[in-house]
Order: sequence, then structure tokens, then C-alpha cells
Amino acid sequence: MGTLGLNALIIGCGRVGSSIALQLQREGWDVTVVDENEDALTRLGDHWPGLFLVGHGMDVEILREAGIEDADAVVVATNGDNTNIVVGQVAQKRFGIDCVVVRVLDPARADLYASLGMRTVCPTKTAIDTLTEAVRACELPIPQRSTA
Amino acid sequence: MYAIVAGGGKVGANVARSLLRLGAEVTLIEERRDRFERLEEEFEHQVQRGDATELHVLERAGIARPPDIVLALTGDDEDNVVISQIAKERYGVPKAIARVNDPRNQGHFDLLGVSPTICATSSIMALVEHEVPEHDLIHLLELRKENLEIVEVQIDRDSPSAGKRVEGLALPEGARLISVMRDGKAEIAVGSTMLEPGDQVLAILEPGKEDELRKVLLKH
Repeated sequence: MGTLGLNALIIGCGRVGSSIALQLQREGWDVTVVDENEDALTRLGDHWPGLFLVGHGMDVEILREAGIEDADAVVVATNGDNTNIVVGQVAQKRFGIDCVVVRVLDPARADLYASLGMRTVCPTKTAIDTLTEAVRACELPIPQRSTA
Repeated sequence: MYAIVAGGGKVGANVARSLLRLGAEVTLIEERRDRFERLEEEFEHQVQRGDATELHVLERAGIARPPDIVLALTGDDEDNVVISQIAKERYGVPKAIARVNDPRNQGHFDLLGVSPTICATSSIMALVEHEVPEHDLIHLLELRKENLEIVEVQIDRDSPSAGKRVEGLALPEGARLISVMRDGKAEIAVGSTMLEPGDQVLAILEPGKEDELRKVLLKH
């Protein structure tokens, strides 16, 4: 049992999903993870104390088995933007979860669905900003333009 | 009419071809290179390559005009939901039709207001039931928006409705008989229509009232 008494459901156990799962678990959440591929469990280490279910996030039965009805937070982070967008809406609208966080790699779709009331997080946008900032931070000498 | 067809597989390509034959203006979108190249030979500039869930691909296809209708016919249900939502929510496309590949996803389409939908598996199953009935009441058509459905029942010798006129039946509220098929001929059901054993009756009703209808027409 986690110390916080809060339940998190993580859908998609890739690099991102698994790290969020481990982080929340360390912070005292009860965490359940769903992934299509059973090998994804290895990303959670040797002593994963939470539930891990093999299945697809579009499968309502799997979501129920994973305890979505009692989830305080749902994180949708599979490798498919559109799957995440649809599963996120199902969590919000069918199961009435207020805290649904959805990873969307495409900035355009992330913005659109954010404007429609979804908590989208776009790592691509963050990467663009961070990388641009890192280039600026190099303080390169601005070359003289030739006047040819 | 201007239509954008997303997905150039067998379904999408045939729909695009049929729309063109009707005189519509069509842009077909296909992501896979091999398929796109084959389609390009036939559809020329009327097919574009790209992921139809990306806004810039849809914009290149003219979604901002907007088209009269968007047809989301890819082989991926999540893509079809998102294409329909983007078309309606972002670009104000008045109509979208979405294909349901896996009938287990139908509930998601309904929940998210993506309608109308078409699902080949469900249509085939409805036909199977029609041809080889396992149930006494067959669902022929669901009109989701209207919250109505059309069903078919067969009147038996011992059905309570056999030998009665339509006007004498205590049909559930919101239900009407449409037609009676007898000896291969269909007639519109009116008040004076007499039901006989062997009749195939079409009825329209609100979903959920099937049991009431069954009681009146079929069971003692």
C-alpha cells in the first residue's frame, strides 16, 4: 500500500510511462500499469510492487480490471498519439476521471486537444524550446556577413 | 459536393472512385507510399500522401474550405475518431462519417459523439442474423441520432398477434409497425392490416422497448 492513499493508472509502459510509474510509486502512490507488451514489465525493475496488466488501453474491460473507476489520476503515454487522445477522452468522459494527463507528440494535435479541455503534454514542444535555448546559450561569435 | 476521404485502402479508394463518378470533388489521403503510388496512377492530383491525423496534411487537402463531408475510412479506429473530431471541432466540417474496424470500439465512437459510423463486421452480423435467425427479433438498422431502431419479427401460429389487426395491438409507446412481408410481397402496415402466421413484420421503436414489443407480437 502506498502512503498517500492515491491511485494512479499508467497506460503505456515505455521509457516515459515506466519512469512516471516508478516516480509516483516512490512518492507513495498506488500505481497500476497497463501495456500491450508483457516484456514492458522489465522496465519497472525486479521488484515492482504494483499491478501490471497486459492489454490495450482501448479495451474497457482491461481499464476496469486495472481499477480505472477508483483512479485519482490517469496517465496515457503509449507510443501512439491518437490512441492516447482517444483513451484519454474515454477516461475523462466514460469514467469521469478529472486528472487525466495525455502525452501527445504532435504539437498541433496537442494544442487542439488542450483547447478542447484535455491536459495534453507535448514532449516535442518542450524539446524544441529546450534545444533552441541550449543553442542560444552557446554564445557563439556572430560571424560577419560578407558583402558580396 | 466536396469530400475528403481519409484512408486509401480498398474501402477508401472505392468510396473515392464512387464519389468521383457521382460528380463530386474528392481529395483522397493515403499515408503508405506503396499504396499512394498505385492510387496516384488512377487518381492523379486527387490523391495526396500523408497522415490524415496531421493538421497540415488535412489543410493541404483543403479541409479549411471546409469540405461538405469528411470520410474517416482508415484501418485504425483511433485515427478515424481523431480525424472526425479534428474535422468537426477545428475546421467546422458539417458532416463526418467514420469507419469502425473493431466492433468492440463502437462504444468509444458513440461516447465521443463521432457519428454516423459504419462497421462492416456489425453489418455482416446483422445480415447473418437476418438470414439464419438465432433470435426471434432481428435488429436491422440503428438510427443512433434519432434514438430509434428498425427490427424484424416473424409472426408464428401461436403468436398472440396472429389473426389480429394492427389497430387492435397494444404496441409499446414509441413503437410502430412499418410493413408486413407475406408470400414475398411487402405491404405498408396500416391500422386495418391483419397479421397472419408466417408474416415478417418490420417495426420501428426506441431501443430498449424490444421486450415490450416481443410480448405484444410474439409471446403469450
